[in-house]
Amino acid sequence: MAQKSIYEAAAKRLIASELPKYYTGWKYHNKLLVIDSENIDDIDTLIKKNPWVKQEKLVAKPDQLFGKRGKANLILLGANWNEMKEFCSAKMNSVFEIGNLKGKLERILVEPFIPHDQEFYVSFTTHRHGDTIHFSLEGGIFIEENWDKVTHINVPFGIDIRSFDLKSKLPDIGKLGEFIIPFIKGLYQVFVDQDFTFLELNPFALTKINEIVPLDVKARIDDTAAFLHGDTWGNTIEFPVGFGQEFSDEEIRIRELDEKTGASLKLRILNPKGRIWTMVAGGGASVVYTDTIADLGFGGELGNYGEYSGNPTQEHTEIYAHTIINLMCKYPSPKGKLKYLIIGGGIANFTDIKATFFGITNAITKSAEKLKKNNVQIYVRRGGPNEKAGLELIRKVGEKTGIPIHVYDRYTHMTKVVELIKQAEE
Amino acid sequence: MKDYELFDRNTQAIIYGYQSDAIQRMVDFDYVCRRQKPSVAAIIQPTQTSAIAYHKVFWGSTEIVIPIYKTISIAVAKHPTADVLINFASFRSAFETSLEALHTKTIRTIVIIAEGIPEKHSRLLIKVAEENNKFIIGPATVGGIVAGAFKIGNTAGTLENIILSKLYRPGSVGFVSKSGGMSNEMYFMIAQNTDGIREGVAVGGDRYPGSTLLDHLIRFEKNPSIKMLVCLGEIGGTDEYAIVDALSKENITKPLVMWVTGTAARILPKGLQFGHAGAMAGSENETAEAKNRALKDAGAIVPNSYNDFDKKIKETFENLKKQGIIQPIEDFEPPQIPIDFKDAVKQGLVRRPTDVVVTISDDRGDIPTFSKVGLDEIIEKNKSIGYVIGLLWFKRKLPDFAQQFIEMVIKLTADHGPAVSGAHNAIVTARAGKDLMSSLSSGILTIGPRFGGAISDAARYFREALLKKMSPQEFVSYMKNVLKINIPGIGHRIKSIENPDVRVKLLKEFVFQNFKKHPYLDFALEVEKLTTTKRNNLILNVDGCIGITFLDMLENLDFTAEEIEDVIYSETLNGLFVLGRSIGMMGHIFDQKRQRAGLYRQPWDEILFSDS
Repeated sequence: MAQKSIYEAAAKRLIASELPKYYTGWKYHNKLLVIDSENIDDIDTLIKKNPWVKQEKLVAKPDQLFGKRGKANLILLGANWNEMKEFCSAKMNSVFEIGNLKGKLERILVEPFIPHDQEFYVSFTTHRHGDTIHFSLEGGIFIEENWDKVTHINVPFGIDIRSFDLKSKLPDIGKLGEFIIPFIKGLYQVFVDQDFTFLELNPFALTKINEIVPLDVKARIDDTAAFLHGDTWGNTIEFPVGFGQEFSDEEIRIRELDEKTGASLKLRILNPKGRIWTMVAGGGASVVYTDTIADLGFGGELGNYGEYSGNPTQEHTEIYAHTIINLMCKYPSPKGKLKYLIIGGGIANFTDIKATFFGITNAITKSAEKLKKNNVQIYVRRGGPNEKAGLELIRKVGEKTGIPIHVYDRYTHMTKVVELIKQAEE
Repeated sequence: MKDYELFDRNTQAIIYGYQSDAIQRMVDFDYVCRRQKPSVAAIIQPTQTSAIAYHKVFWGSTEIVIPIYKTISIAVAKHPTADVLINFASFRSAFETSLEALHTKTIRTIVIIAEGIPEKHSRLLIKVAEENNKFIIGPATVGGIVAGAFKIGNTAGTLENIILSKLYRPGSVGFVSKSGGMSNEMYFMIAQNTDGIREGVAVGGDRYPGSTLLDHLIRFEKNPSIKMLVCLGEIGGTDEYAIVDALSKENITKPLVMWVTGTAARILPKGLQFGHAGAMAGSENETAEAKNRALKDAGAIVPNSYNDFDKKIKETFENLKKQGIIQPIEDFEPPQIPIDFKDAVKQGLVRRPTDVVVTISDDRGDIPTFSKVGLDEIIEKNKSIGYVIGLLWFKRKLPDFAQQFIEMVIKLTADHGPAVSGAHNAIVTARAGKDLMSSLSSGILTIGPRFGGAISDAARYFREALLKKMSPQEFVSYMKNVLKINIPGIGHRIKSIENPDVRVKLLKEFVFQNFKKHPYLDFALEVEKLTTTKRNNLILNVDGCIGITFLDMLENLDFTAEEIEDVIYSETLNGLFVLGRSIGMMGHIFDQKRQRAGLYRQPWDEILFSDS
């Protein structure tokens, strides 16, 4: 739960529906068409439903939370509908590399092409005691290079923007201010009221008939505020994962499990052939283990990141443990090198350690042969209610199965097991 | 209390939300710290109907009460010295309730536990708190603790952990972190490497916590009892740079051992949410590495990795000891808290006899069972009411003939018109404006020796006759000459040999067709032969026939003689009549209520007024 990026189309629709409440003079074309990998087969029907597509010159661009689309040659400008169709079918589902992220193109936003002379920049950010309006007369793809030309205006938290003297703080925009100032003020009200945490129009354009049109929009909203915006967010706001984030079956399975319960179960695979895997209780502790593995020089060997917390049931803990064990045994380690499973955690508040370890020991027992075949060493460190019995339980499973399980309690520093693995490696 | 202190040994809190476990944990902590008064002054439960209720908590092994109020305003008015509000309200209502508390005169510190408070709301709370000179801990926090003095809610976990982490008495370390999840670990780890925590706070993982890491470090800096500072920061946000700034401006001069977690972000895929809401590094200076570097440069003691955090803390502590800044503290043996009964049971330390033995049903599992048969099976297999009665009354899966017999009895006894005493009473009561239960009870209360009682009486005497192997003639004489009563179940006001009761005829037919043996009915019919020779209306009546054929039903089931005795003794037969007749009585009650029938008054002309 936090600040989440939303699709450009969603941000534009939210602005389109909300801004007229605060800036009654604003007119927007409301022409937005999203072609995605599912509806592209019905593209002709979509075009029929949106007759403007055939009547106007078009812009088409990916809408998948990544920028620098122009630089990556993924923007189609001033095309007719036929060219747009060709562009979509050529690009859709193909794999691109943006920055160092590789991913499939799955969403394209089609809008009318807006001829314009000047590109402006405006964005809003939040801070503890207020918000900042960032404005520039020179918006567009070179904004970062021209960042020194951006004006930053602090807006104290909770003030009424309508009576805020914005004009004197903006660079001189002459009579354009007549349109731009109410636009920015209205947009800022939408930003505040709709719980945006970041909103960037780069650029927005002023047409020959003085209509303001947001061209490229980037936005994050505070998803914890969703309960306040059932009416305006409704079904239109999704929280997509970032471009290039593909999930394996295992990750999807754990995420489904996570969504089903009140407990938390998280799993990301970092290196399927890694030799160190973790199963750590608690979000804070999982970060610390991951850090320490990286800080002690084993980042490249780390198989996964994840955590379980919030008292998952024995069954779910077992599935989680089982998933990690299967993943770490998927690829044989080079030259029979040792593999390590860290069953770690800090000192729990109220979670019964023995109860959670039941699920884990079940998974270990059932996969004992596999673990032995893969030379897996298990390091356990945990504290909390019923810790003695819990740690004893897992130690006994080691004895019974013959898997080397090294068990440590609260008196061993939490990440010491990582150091011990380092020593074992040396 | 000094301005740098939020809580001391006299601090009392008001708890918003009926969190009985957290409250008991706070009070248990108070007890082991040997506080004079419990730290919980009052509870607020907005859903409560009454203005004031009371909650019981253990104070050691005795019980005390804590008042529960409906609103914040009553609670603060009644407890003006309680200056802390611990807000357990959900993310939906925590904002409004915290705002209300910020506007009270007496509340100085508000702790917001809920996770998922919109950032806009947090920022408004921060503004109001600053304007009113109040302090907020949270949102999204477990809270904090002043060792030996005051503990917020569930902070520090179980009592065992509190004792092991020496939190029942003050140490010299001030600790603050974002994460609450790591705080238990840190309290214990610090206790292992120093003389323990003086004060520990988790500010919560949100982007805009009500109070920041620095706010607390500054308080610790001012507090002369705190000799060294430990801080656990995290990736994302820029709060840690405020600490860097304070270090370089020498607003923090006490040794600060600090680590910022999230150094592994460089090996993780971009965009992966790491831990908390605030923990997403947006720019290079928000990374954990950048922060650790800046802190080190500003003079904080920063380990190379978390793995050395304990060693740095120990080293710093030992240095201060060597310099004489930290004096040895006097420890004491904290008083024992008796183990909770349910925990003791769980651990097998105590046992307690139960009070009631129940043998017919069990509702502890997924689905209630009647004599081990699941309700789901009963519904899915479309079992009859007779079958259910068999399970609950006789603890048996009754054969079809018995199920049918029981249902037949229920139908036969369901109603007998409005004039009989049960229905009459039910009608009179319903018309007096009483509720269903009262009206039904009033009808049922008339069931007894003269109304409905013939059924069980008939069963009793005919059973005695057969047990004593009397002949029908002996039985008739015995009833007449020894007991000197009419034979229950024999005789009818209107019906006679010539004008038989259809209900009796149907019952008899059913028994002859479906029961393998029917010794009671056979015997009763012999008795009837004798009595009808005296008067033609001395026939086996419907009550008698039900009672007698019920005995025949039992003879056809796998009951022992002793079990049959138990069935009779436990008034099962009466039960059948009550069950059946309740249907009719409720019908009469509904009938009257539907009509909105007014109060019934017996007409004068039905009463003979006499002076005699």
